[in-house]
Amino acid sequence: MTPLAAATQLLEVVSATLAAPAFLGWANQCRAWLQNRRAPSVMQPYFVLRKLLHKDVVLADNASSLFRAAPYVVFGTMVVAAAIIPSMGTGLPMSAAADGIALVGLLATARMFLSLAAMDVGTAFGTLGARREMMVGFLAEPALLMILFVAALLSGTTSLPLIAEGLSSHALGLYPSLAFTAVAFVLVLLAENARIPIDNPSTHLELTMIHEAMLLEYSGRHLALMEWAAALKLFNYACIGFALFVPWGAGNEASGPLGLLLAVPLLAIKLVVAGAALALIETLSAKLRVFRAPEFLATAFLLAVLGLLVHLLLGA
Amino acid sequence: MNPLPLDLQLLNACAALLLLLSFSMLAQRRTVNLVHLLALQGALLVVATLIVAWRTGEPHLYLSALLTLGLKVVGLPLLLHRLIRRMNVYWDTEPVINPSGTMLIGLLVVVFSFGLAQPISALASTATRSTLGIAIAVILLSFLAMITRRKAMSQVVAFLSMENGLFFGAMSATYGMPMVVELGVALDVLVAMLVLGVFFFQIREQFDSLDLYHLETLKERE
Amino acid sequence: MELILLLGSPLVGAVLLALYGHGRRGPEINALFSALTFLAACALTARVIAAGPLLLGREQFLVDPFNAFLVTLTAFVGLTTSLFSRPYMRIEAAHGKLSAGRLRLYHSMYQLFSATMLLALTTNNLGLLWVAMEAATLSTVLLVTLYRTPASLEAGWKYFILCGVGIAQALFGTMLLYFAAERVLGAAGVTALLWTHLDAVKGQLEPTVLSLAFVFLLVGYGTKVGLAPLHNWLPDAHAEGPTPISAVLSGLLLNVAIYAIVRCKVLVEGSLRSALPSQMLMGFGLLSMVLAAFFLWRQRDIKRLFAYSSIEHMGIITFAFGMGGPVANFAALLHMTVHSLTKSAIFFAVGHACQKSGSQLIENIRGLVTVSPTIGWGLMLGALAILGMPPFGVFASEFLILTTAMKQQPWATPLLLLALGVAFAAIFSKVQPMVFGETNARRLPHAPALLPVFVHLAIVLVLGLYVPSYLAGWYHDAARLIGGP
Repeated sequence: MTPLAAATQLLEVVSATLAAPAFLGWANQCRAWLQNRRAPSVMQPYFVLRKLLHKDVVLADNASSLFRAAPYVVFGTMVVAAAIIPSMGTGLPMSAAADGIALVGLLATARMFLSLAAMDVGTAFGTLGARREMMVGFLAEPALLMILFVAALLSGTTSLPLIAEGLSSHALGLYPSLAFTAVAFVLVLLAENARIPIDNPSTHLELTMIHEAMLLEYSGRHLALMEWAAALKLFNYACIGFALFVPWGAGNEASGPLGLLLAVPLLAIKLVVAGAALALIETLSAKLRVFRAPEFLATAFLLAVLGLLVHLLLGA
Repeated sequence: MNPLPLDLQLLNACAALLLLLSFSMLAQRRTVNLVHLLALQGALLVVATLIVAWRTGEPHLYLSALLTLGLKVVGLPLLLHRLIRRMNVYWDTEPVINPSGTMLIGLLVVVFSFGLAQPISALASTATRSTLGIAIAVILLSFLAMITRRKAMSQVVAFLSMENGLFFGAMSATYGMPMVVELGVALDVLVAMLVLGVFFFQIREQFDSLDLYHLETLKERE
Repeated sequence: MELILLLGSPLVGAVLLALYGHGRRGPEINALFSALTFLAACALTARVIAAGPLLLGREQFLVDPFNAFLVTLTAFVGLTTSLFSRPYMRIEAAHGKLSAGRLRLYHSMYQLFSATMLLALTTNNLGLLWVAMEAATLSTVLLVTLYRTPASLEAGWKYFILCGVGIAQALFGTMLLYFAAERVLGAAGVTALLWTHLDAVKGQLEPTVLSLAFVFLLVGYGTKVGLAPLHNWLPDAHAEGPTPISAVLSGLLLNVAIYAIVRCKVLVEGSLRSALPSQMLMGFGLLSMVLAAFFLWRQRDIKRLFAYSSIEHMGIITFAFGMGGPVANFAALLHMTVHSLTKSAIFFAVGHACQKSGSQLIENIRGLVTVSPTIGWGLMLGALAILGMPPFGVFASEFLILTTAMKQQPWATPLLLLALGVAFAAIFSKVQPMVFGETNARRLPHAPALLPVFVHLAIVLVLGLYVPSYLAGWYHDAARLIGGP
């Protein structure tokens, strides 16, 4: 492990963990602007986290140890995931431990603990949210895998840093397969991160919510960790998207420390654009009824598979 | 790393979009949008034909592109629009199979047609041969759309999209058919549309609707 | 010259009748143009007899023994049907079923339909063959819906969509054929779809592509032949259209579609050197026969009954072409001829019978022979002929096919016999009470045309007893051309 690699790894994990709430805050701010509302500060998620961390935890009488452990597991998985996604540099020592498929597994682990914890207390809303979350996950995961497969086929490996390297060294050209999978990826991102049109992150209307319903029983530092993990998940997804579809600019061994230093502002720019785009999509679309969600995700899956097939046929 | 010249890349993009359009047609339930998609499909076909014509320098392909433009991008969609307006058939009823199921079958169809095209593409000498699989897929997907639709109008749009797929196939395998045949086919399509127009009015006059549900009485009786 | 007249006269007729077809003399003009076409066909045939196979119009047209007799047959049945339709359509108009405008449409489309069939038969270009087949469908769709009843609209829609889809498959097959040919004949493009050129190089065509092409072509044109399981449109279209159209659909269009399949089969077999095309033809043929024979039992509508009988006979012909070889091909060609003549004669008789009783349902048609002995006997004799009773020609051809099958494909013999037996029982038991017994028929406002019925049956009878030597010569030449294992 070279010092540079170690530095990259450390920088990635720390900055992802710390910057994730800001990304969420930025997306929310853009959305407020687009909707002609007075926008909350970019730092708003930090304020919320600080407030929650200072509060006491209130536990239900019948909450098991699973309920208490889940926030740490979920948050931990997200941090590990952040470690293997090449957001700033591709020379990641940790990424040898897990490839793209394992990443999907990591995300699934987080989902499973979240859902189990939501059902643990036995309230109706928790169970309802968990069921919906599992439905969304069950449909989104194959699509995400397909998206990764297309990228893997194009670059000949399933390791995310290598995929990013391979794709960034491709000549510029029209890749219909990548275009299809990019659209599919956006759809999956929206569904997995509980954004409109699948879920509305800013509502507590019982009948429509998914993610919030699972967190209803949490409070204090547990809730803070859960919220933080959600922000980190969105950040991670954005970085997966960058790695697959706009892979340029990540530092590597060859570009040295300077490349890494350059990668930081570049990532910031990408995130700013992505946050604005996310807000735009959310503003332009209306929330779907829950039972239309399968159709939405089927479209994502279809696009990803089409991308795969088109790649196999046309080689592009 | 990408060995393809730009025109072929464009052609491949056209082919991929054609495939995507076929799927959107499969999912679309508003007849007006179906007709728009059909026109768009025709336009993509024109672009693809022009690219191939430019690449090969075959004059008859320019003519064929012009024919497609006149007939399939402007003529027929206009005709269908008029029919839709005059007959007030804006919506299709629920399809026979649910949309997600149709999509999954559609994916299988695409896999099947790519497999079917494999031996032919391997033999072809044209630079466009790899798109043959997509052409077959478009044909078979239109076929699927015909099976799953209940309204006469949607079936007709699917039928025309099948015709588009055939043209695209002819182009990718052999740079188009001889001119005599292409003219003949275009004439047939045009006449078919006119016959259909008459036909629609007859059906409507008789049943007050274009739902094919009415056309299911002639079955074998005990 | 003859060719121009042959294709031109129905085209001119179509245009003229589109303008004057509703006039008092419309039916006569129609018959006149059909007669002209027939004369041209005879002249063309005479020339082929004298000079052998002809290539005309920059090789775009081909007349060889195989299609020469079909051209003559088509023109002949076209003529007799136009003679039959003269009083038939007048009666329909008098019964108030048709307006003047629809009569005009009918006459014009009738001529156009003849033109497309003759074009399909004479063209050397497989692409034009496709165009002509599609045009034949289009020109008859509006004829099937001529009465504008709900049932006829449904039949027309089915006909249009099923044949449209089928014919699209055929276009794809044609495309594949062109693709294979282009590799051998070069990108000249013009010659690569000409049958004669393809035939010359058929041994070099790529087998994989051709076998795929044949599947599409068989499914495509097979839909038009009415081969099971793509036969659904056929009974409906036959039953709901006017009877003269049923007669030409059954007697001519099906023949033309088979002709197209056989032309393609020759090429594919030459390239493949395997039994695949033969087996596919035999399979589809047998399936159609057996299926149609059992469906015959369930029919209550007389025109549907004979439509299913057409499917059965197309099955027999397809099976015979599938067996291949000089004898089976000879028998198949003979069967095409006699089936076409007999079935159109039957439809003529059935048409008048339905007019007399005012219904197409078998149970409503009773005792024809007491009111109109000619119609009754015409129907009876026609039915006997189509069922393969000696001494009619159908017997001769079916006998040949059966004996060949016993020799070459013994496994198929029981199925053939079963289908023929079931069909016999079904049709005979239904036709017998229609002809004999109590009656309910009425008088017709115009005298029915029965001459065509008996002319057709007489020819079939003669063909059963004796095939003229030049006709036999043609059949032999054509049979050799078609070849087979």
